[in-house]
Amino acid sequence: MNAPLILFYFFEAAAAIAAVALLFARSVFYGALLVIVILLALAGLYVLAFAEFVAVTQILVYAGGILVVIIFGIMLTSRLSGKPLVVEHTLPVSGGLVGLAFFGALVYAIALQTFPTSESVAKTSTTFDATQTVGIALMSDYVLPFETTGILLLMALIGAAVMASDNASKKI
Amino acid sequence: MAPVHHFLYLGAFLFSTGLIVIITKRNTIMVLLGLELMLNASNLNLVAFNSLHPGSLQGQMFALFVIVVAVCEAAVGLAIVLRVYRQYRTSVPDHVNELNQ
Repeated sequence: MNAPLILFYFFEAAAAIAAVALLFARSVFYGALLVIVILLALAGLYVLAFAEFVAVTQILVYAGGILVVIIFGIMLTSRLSGKPLVVEHTLPVSGGLVGLAFFGALVYAIALQTFPTSESVAKTSTTFDATQTVGIALMSDYVLPFETTGILLLMALIGAAVMASDNASKKI
Repeated sequence: MAPVHHFLYLGAFLFSTGLIVIITKRNTIMVLLGLELMLNASNLNLVAFNSLHPGSLQGQMFALFVIVVAVCEAAVGLAIVLRVYRQYRTSVPDHVNELNQ
């Protein structure tokens, strides 16, 4: 058993266990920390799937950005209420049934397919500098969606700042 | 290197887990976390399929754009959660049922 395969199973087990723990988490803060674990494990899996740039973006943007914002949100809402946030569960049986049925359908669909093994693919991709190619492609072939997402990000962040600011209301 | 269907099984598992989290949790921030989980599961599938085509970058590009759109969604979603919390004093989505305060 070689080292990448061991790392692959480690990251896969970490993501799966953290996802199961998220199902039973009663605290929003613990839930956010479990999602950080899942995101970091997925970044490791991206490295193993030859997507280094996506992995670094995942760590920088998701684990460093979104989750910090979410933890800020948790702390602000618990500060407003003055008591810690405890999550209640609703519809556990039917929700679990929906999830299990969906998972079963997806597993059935995946098990029907045959995919090419990655060994033949991996040989050709060793001389392939993915990060440089991604950078060149972002500035040449994909420059229109790149700029469009930039404008979308600007609009969303300005809108979020305007919505979250409270100078319009006298409360708090 | 692991076969690609392991990525797909993990992606299906994470997507189903996110779905259960969205349905069962009675907290808006937890619902947002489940949404992030589902977006990440789809990203994992995109990257896994892209690893089958080494010369092509379309899967990785789409994963990058999905990450950026997820950033926008999380920022706007949390701003709405904070605003709703100030207005209604609750973070349970079922309790937000008045149109006019």
